[in-house]
Amino acid sequence: MERPLMTVDALTVEYWTRKGKIRAVDNLSFSLEKAETLGIVGESGSGKSTLGLSLIDLVPFPGRVTKGNIILKGKEVLKLQKDNLRNLRGKEICYVFQDPMTSLNPVKKIGAHFVELIRTHEPQVTKQEALKRAEKLLRDVGIRSERVSDYPHQLSGGMRQRVMIALAIALKPSVVVADEPTTALDVIVQAKILDLLNALRDAYGMALILITHDLSIVLQRSDRIIVMYAGHMVEYAPSIEIYSNPKHPYTQGLLNSIPNIELANQKLEAISGSPPDLLNLPKGCRFWPRCYCAFERCRREAPPLIKSGTEHFTRCFLYAEGRKT
Amino acid sequence: MPTLTQEYACRGIKMQKLKIKKSMLSHLLPGLASLAKRGLAGWLVILGAGLVIAVIVITVLSPVLSPYNPSGLNVGPRLSPPSFQFPFGTDDLGRDMLSRVISGGGIMLQVAILSVIVCVIIGVPLGLFSSYTGGVIDRFISLIMDSVYAFPGLILAIALTVVLGRGVINMAISIAVVYVPSYFRIIRSQVLSIKETPYVEAANAAGAKKRTVLSRYILPNTIPSIAVVATVNFADAILTAAGLTFIGMGVSVEIPDWGWDLTNGRNLLPSGAWWVITFPGLMIILLALGFTLMGEGLSELLNPRLEQ
Amino acid sequence: MLPIRRREKNVSQNEILKVDHLKKYFPVEKSFIEKMLTRTRHFVRAVDGVSFSVLKGEIFTLAGESGCGKTTTGKLVVRLIPPTGGKIFFDNVEITTLDHEALRMLKRKMQIIFQDPYASFNPRMKIGEAVGHPLEIHNIAKGLEKRKRVLEILERVGITPAEKFLDLYPHQMSGGQRQRAAMARALILQPEFVVADEPVSMIDVSLRTAIIDLMLNLRKDFELTYLFITHDLAIAKYISDRIAIMYLGKIVELGDKETIFSNPLHPYTQALLSAIPVPVPERIRKKTELIGEVPSAVNIPSGCRFRTRCRCARKTCKEKEPELILVSPNHYVACNLTEN
Repeated sequence: MERPLMTVDALTVEYWTRKGKIRAVDNLSFSLEKAETLGIVGESGSGKSTLGLSLIDLVPFPGRVTKGNIILKGKEVLKLQKDNLRNLRGKEICYVFQDPMTSLNPVKKIGAHFVELIRTHEPQVTKQEALKRAEKLLRDVGIRSERVSDYPHQLSGGMRQRVMIALAIALKPSVVVADEPTTALDVIVQAKILDLLNALRDAYGMALILITHDLSIVLQRSDRIIVMYAGHMVEYAPSIEIYSNPKHPYTQGLLNSIPNIELANQKLEAISGSPPDLLNLPKGCRFWPRCYCAFERCRREAPPLIKSGTEHFTRCFLYAEGRKT
Repeated sequence: MPTLTQEYACRGIKMQKLKIKKSMLSHLLPGLASLAKRGLAGWLVILGAGLVIAVIVITVLSPVLSPYNPSGLNVGPRLSPPSFQFPFGTDDLGRDMLSRVISGGGIMLQVAILSVIVCVIIGVPLGLFSSYTGGVIDRFISLIMDSVYAFPGLILAIALTVVLGRGVINMAISIAVVYVPSYFRIIRSQVLSIKETPYVEAANAAGAKKRTVLSRYILPNTIPSIAVVATVNFADAILTAAGLTFIGMGVSVEIPDWGWDLTNGRNLLPSGAWWVITFPGLMIILLALGFTLMGEGLSELLNPRLEQ
Repeated sequence: MLPIRRREKNVSQNEILKVDHLKKYFPVEKSFIEKMLTRTRHFVRAVDGVSFSVLKGEIFTLAGESGCGKTTTGKLVVRLIPPTGGKIFFDNVEITTLDHEALRMLKRKMQIIFQDPYASFNPRMKIGEAVGHPLEIHNIAKGLEKRKRVLEILERVGITPAEKFLDLYPHQMSGGQRQRAAMARALILQPEFVVADEPVSMIDVSLRTAIIDLMLNLRKDFELTYLFITHDLAIAKYISDRIAIMYLGKIVELGDKETIFSNPLHPYTQALLSAIPVPVPERIRKKTELIGEVPSAVNIPSGCRFRTRCRCARKTCKEKEPELILVSPNHYVACNLTEN
């Protein structure tokens, strides 16, 4: 069995605010294979963005990783020194930020972004060579290579996001983390960008982590899915499993609340209650106040992650040993 | 039989009246505690406010606190350095500096408070009206304000005092005129951005009249900035008042005044009497510092910060 | 009551809203030098000749991507902004140009719910105050009576216990609660017509269904008509009766829900529908590919404005701007190719 490309082990990220400690990510473990697409789904407050940022050790103050390991290609990311970490970022693992409007430097030409990136990691490359590579990358993402001498404000939102993606793959990283890559975009451009990410994954063999709140995208395009709620991983399974056999009540609720245009007369169901207050988490299972089948044990104890099928993990007492599933 | 909601409604209104009386008292101490919780910014506000209040209290209680009559001539040897009997020394007329320092803040505080009040009364409504109305009127008023703003403050204040004459009220008016444009600008930039917000749109969509929108939607949201400008304005007003008095444009000589002591002390410096100018100067600095700290702290507290 | 104007003859009794060739152009600001050098004025043609009508009691959706003019149309319809051209009829009375007082009276019958539930509330006003403010503005109720009505409407939209929420500020409530409060504020005047501008796009996915269901229930109880604005066609399919697809300021296709989704005729509609993600793993959907990017609304292409992205564009598309034509019962399309 080949060793997975990246392993995350018992990762815990906390924000130490004046109002108290917030556990944005609580004891998360998963693995990522080469050329796999992993979808991380959750709502606001679920911790998914924090998780993404922690993978490249960019969690903003006052957040910090308090426990756990991230091992990428055999190296422990969190234990790296500043320089090694900087080398890792961009070369092995790359992050595509959410907002294409503000992630590019408005006073630098598009080409200059690429040149700076490439020459930081490969100083021996000349400016001309870097620009040539930039032009090819732009063509790869479907932008005319003449645009390399434009400024960001001359490009539309969709094009800027594609530039971000081109920057992300410029150094052929092994892992690309895309945080809500299409939320700010229209549905037609969104489809194009997602297709592009998949095509690039196939062409370059990189692994893709898609972080989003949109379950439809993730179901359609990932191999495996992590569903997050209030910092916990509540379900982790291949997307086919999540679709045909969702186990955690939250996942089921999410699936029932997405309108599917291919169904006629669909009846949507709401998940009761409201998103959790991370400073005031309920005792026991974090989801029990909104769960349609919460029982006594759920209110007292927090359920562990339970394996209930090949590669299907759920954090719910419904699937604990001794219970009928 | 009154419905449940009606009963709740009646009870609610009675409770509200009680609440208002209680809240003013019960909010003070917890208010301080919550300020301290807000970190450095909170401490700045507390520290600054503390300084200011201390000075005000000292000034108000000066008849009781000052050991000698501050205007009393020859209560001590002329120009004697700080000693046990006269901790801040005496000036060239034999007056006790400590008493003068304790009592000298009155004029300055009056001028500062008055000028800030005038500024707020003129600058805020002007800013609100001008920027909400927009168009030619707005441009015209902004032009006037910018012209005034472009003048060096102290020089303009001097010119106005020459025209208006001496006295607390005239000084206050001169200073106010100099600082109205600052309020105007701050209010204007706030209003221009608040004007475009969805909640103002919603108010318009509900059919609210212009003055309702200004008074209930826009003004309350500009109060934080007004507070910040006001505190910094206080500091500036004090320094300007000191400056005016320093060059002789202040009030008459009989009233003890730090500004006057500065002038006097400057003349006495060559003869080696450093204490006449130093202690009043320190008090001016402390008072201005108190206001500035409050302004800094308030500005940090009241500006919305991005939450995670 | 609205002043009685002459009843328009070409408006059916069942139409609560009728919009005729509505236009809204925004002038493009030019720098001082440009103003001196050039004479021509450029406009952003946000809404460029839109016509449709909404029947009493239905949910009519304006759908399209960002920049197509749907939000602007919504605001024009409730007269939040004045139109540059065209006519608006509400309840058979023309409201395109009304004086101040008449407009204020109109706002009792038409209300709007905004997209951002946080920004649409005054951060310094308690929710109870904010929801009850329309009553004060129109001098309908004060004091005790106002408080009673606020409590009633808050309960009705699902904010319970209403008492507790009266004194909360917007930032103390969740997004879903705020949007419910926004609905309460819109409905407290008991309007007949509500424009809902992307009401759930900024709300967490798990809360959207509850809000949409609430809107459907309120329609029944208050006898409302909705103009629903969204870019999410999946939600449009769930909630609408009829849908109009907009592109660059014009309606390109209009019809009832089933027809649009089962038989989209306009190439843009086809592309839009094929791009919607379907929550099924490895779903390979045949996609209609579009060329290029959306043109700027300042420089709208001549003839059919969609031709720069359409794979079927012909020579006539450059010259002739297609009109919205009835092609089958309750199905209108604006495309030169379907006119044959």
